Amino acid sequence: MLYDVILIGGGVVGCATARELARYSLSVALLEKTEDICNGQSKANTAIVHGGYDAAPGSNKAKFNVRGNAMFERIAEELSVPFSRNGSLVVSFEESGIPALLALKQRGEANGVKGLSILGREALLAREPNLNPAAQAALDVPSGGIVCPYELTIAYAENAAQNGVTFFRDAPVTAVSRNADGTFLVSSPAGEFASRAVVNCAGVHSAELNNMVSEEKHSITARRGEYYIVDKAYRDAFHSTIFQLPTAMGKGVLIAPTVDGTILIGPTADDIPDKDDTRTTAEGLARVLSRAKLSWPGLPARAFITTYAGVRAHAETDDFILGEPADAPLFFNALGVESPGLSAAPALGEFLAQSVAERLGTAPNPAFDPIRPGIPKFRDMTDAERAEIIARDPEYAKIVCRCELVTEAEIRASIRRPVGARTVDGIKRRTRAGMGRCQAGFCLPRTLELLAEELAASPLSITKCGGESRYLESNLFSGKAGE
Amino acid sequence: MKRELTCIGCPMGCRLTAEFNGTEVTEVTGNGCAVGARYAREELTNPKRMVTALVRVVGMERPLSVKTEAPIEKRLVFDCLAALGAVAVAPPVRIGDVILENVLGTGVNVVATEDIGG
Amino acid sequence: MNMKTKRVDLLIIGGGPAGLAAACAAREAGVTNLLILEREDALGGILRQCIHNGFGLHTFQEELTGPEYAARYIARVQELGIPYECGAMVISLSPERRAVYVSRTEGIVAVEAGAVILAMGCRERPRGALGTPGWRCAGIFTAGTAQKLVNLEGRMPGKRVVILGSGDIGLIMARRMTFSGAKVLACVEIMPYSSGLKRNIVQCLDDYGIPLLFNHTVVDIHGRERLTGVTIAEVDGKKRPIPGTEQEIACDTLLLSVGLIPENELSAMAGVALSPATGGPVVDETLATNVPGIFSCGNVLHVHDLVDFVSAEAARAGEMAARFLSGEKTAGERIPLIAGNGVSALVPEVLSKRPEADVTFMFRPRAVYRNARIAVFRGGKQLAVKRARILAPGEMAEITVKQDAFCESEGELTVSVEEVGA
Repeated sequence: MLYDVILIGGGVVGCATARELARYSLSVALLEKTEDICNGQSKANTAIVHGGYDAAPGSNKAKFNVRGNAMFERIAEELSVPFSRNGSLVVSFEESGIPALLALKQRGEANGVKGLSILGREALLAREPNLNPAAQAALDVPSGGIVCPYELTIAYAENAAQNGVTFFRDAPVTAVSRNADGTFLVSSPAGEFASRAVVNCAGVHSAELNNMVSEEKHSITARRGEYYIVDKAYRDAFHSTIFQLPTAMGKGVLIAPTVDGTILIGPTADDIPDKDDTRTTAEGLARVLSRAKLSWPGLPARAFITTYAGVRAHAETDDFILGEPADAPLFFNALGVESPGLSAAPALGEFLAQSVAERLGTAPNPAFDPIRPGIPKFRDMTDAERAEIIARDPEYAKIVCRCELVTEAEIRASIRRPVGARTVDGIKRRTRAGMGRCQAGFCLPRTLELLAEELAASPLSITKCGGESRYLESNLFSGKAGE
Repeated sequence: MKRELTCIGCPMGCRLTAEFNGTEVTEVTGNGCAVGARYAREELTNPKRMVTALVRVVGMERPLSVKTEAPIEKRLVFDCLAALGAVAVAPPVRIGDVILENVLGTGVNVVATEDIGG
Repeated sequence: MNMKTKRVDLLIIGGGPAGLAAACAAREAGVTNLLILEREDALGGILRQCIHNGFGLHTFQEELTGPEYAARYIARVQELGIPYECGAMVISLSPERRAVYVSRTEGIVAVEAGAVILAMGCRERPRGALGTPGWRCAGIFTAGTAQKLVNLEGRMPGKRVVILGSGDIGLIMARRMTFSGAKVLACVEIMPYSSGLKRNIVQCLDDYGIPLLFNHTVVDIHGRERLTGVTIAEVDGKKRPIPGTEQEIACDTLLLSVGLIPENELSAMAGVALSPATGGPVVDETLATNVPGIFSCGNVLHVHDLVDFVSAEAARAGEMAARFLSGEKTAGERIPLIAGNGVSALVPEVLSKRPEADVTFMFRPRAVYRNARIAVFRGGKQLAVKRARILAPGEMAEITVKQDAFCESEGELTVSVEEVGA
């Protein structure tokens, strides 16, 4: 079949664009390279909705950050995604940094960021008592927020699928070419796809796709960031997201509370040759810790539950490269979408979808339903709500992940939903099962069984994240001899 | 010849030094009690091990845990496991049920260590 | 609103070895309205998956496997008619001893309890807590997770195995994986000694020629999807890897046995003070926490070496809870103890001003001591002393102080260890 639009890349920009395209009467398919959506930079970042004070005025980063930020309340409500405007603080630990804070404030105002102010030392320490008392002042960004990036991406995908977008996973694009009639041919091991338009949201690999169809060549550098996650026992240690004012010593690391109660610490920023190299390193992790202690001198050494690394797609222009190259009509790029890409995603999805729809000349989809009901979360309910939901669905009484209080009902739902989980990591991102302090030590065996049951597969075939990532090597006793 | 061993008779874990001539232990030192001397003699002349293992259960994916009722010669441990690999028990099984009689002619039975099935 | 409310005299949270022994002792001491809540499908706790022998030498004077040891207590619970519920997880606990649990059969239930015994056990420290760098691939398991997969489900996680840490579960799993057809290539321990029991080192590693590498750790993890190998390296006195000592071992499985963490999230909710030294509640010699009517025992209190000691401690908690329920006044002011030289994870950590019985202190030696002397001092006065030929962090040490010794002394109490030479 000939699709109107093929989206390449199932990260937050791809999924947001898919959902926004579903507002129009268009046939849309999304191709994701890996076994699941939200598997690249969208799953491993700082989970922050930036205020928008940082990017150069007039840049795409500034424009889409500020617009995206303002869209979050509505998006979070429509898609049932946890979002909190906890505010950001850019802290200077030296008095000499105050002019730089003022400059940031001015830049933010030029970008249209509202409510910026400078907090003095006393007010700052009163608000964040665990902050290093050496802090001198901070830029207070009340519009800064935090969101769960996987839940946002998955919710966008589910809502897109609900409204008719088709998702193909394990579909890495190997070639994009143009047929004689001007339509695109997108090749992948999952099949050949024909479309009138293509949207390239392929993250760190997006330049490679652009370069297949356009002479306006681009290159993307993969920049890796390493992080620690702090146990939610420390959930009240910080309220706002703590940025360090960049100095000659570097950009600094963040202390970022999450909507789930943990705290992220990081990232580093190292350019790496292998764009999918998400290893953590001893040196990188050590750097995160030593820099984080500037903000949080009391950072408890035993509080970490895990570490991770993510890559961001850095373009040579240091800005998002959006839209059609002059020589490749109907091929829409979203290149170089690195931070503040998550914050900008709602606005990028809206812009890309509108651009495509305008060029294809289409009518609105009257059946579009913007509401994606979330999977009701046992952990967020009152006891009365829990009793009520168990009365309706007894599988809510079966707790699988004890650290995050995730029930069998939620895990089964995450598999059965549109674009549902097919791997253990997929369940983790959709429900938080296995994301808590024991890191799946207790719930992994049950999660494997549930996946096997729901997918009608052998537990031996269940993977962590697709490919060869199987957990189990064999059964102790193969077959059922003696029967 | 002096041989160093760690006594496993109790959690103390006494470090034993035994004089062993290849067939006989002539002296044991470092032992806190008689168990240590006995352990060193037995471990050097006729080492034995309890074997705990898993066997197949007919009609179930989960295995059944079993043990030798008494220690068997250490050199027979893997043969014992191989013999148990060929066993499939039908539930119900109760703790203490004999799963394999007189394993490898040792005179020791292998028994169930858990209940399975109705 | 479908929420049931119950009222019990004694609520026991956890149906593992601690909860079972506590329940039996409390019942025998006259508590009839009690309830054990167990989150798994069956009673027995982690013993269910510990199919190896070595349990019960102290309690039953015979050597049992884990399931057999548990079965004896479960039979006793049934004989005594003690009510229990499996598949029932407590999700909150208040200082007023009101617990809420979610049960597969009853839904959400609130329990108002006259007394509570915390017996939730512990969990394993995961890889993430170590900050081991490398890929986050499949094939890395805590030893207990692998134990559950193999022993309870008959699933093999891999064929070529490296074990990081020499805790008991890791040692036991070295043997189990070997028995199950896997090749265990090495057990790597960052410390210069093992935290596991001697007999496990002998019978689980030495017997099968598995090298135990002290002062070594895993410094890199290879494999994008499934583990393909680990890099190990020697460490210096500050546990830092020594450059140039790295070696790569090809393997498909890494088992972690790097420590157990008492699971005290509920305790914290109830306002129970926790000890940084043990990770468990701070208790006095009656196993009472700072919250009246809340007691603690077993691995949620401090990680034990032998289950026999868990049972003994839990039985005491059961008796003490029964005494509390019968209206005996709880200790008033409590005095803190000092964990002196060589002593960590001291339990009890506080003491009533006037203990009503002899008090046994348990602790983990900080290092290996030969020909050591354990002593309890108060002020300048020695209240008790005991010789030990060997002390090691893997094995709990204890010393008992006679009740009258407390009456005759004043001042700070210190438990300490020193080496006295051969």
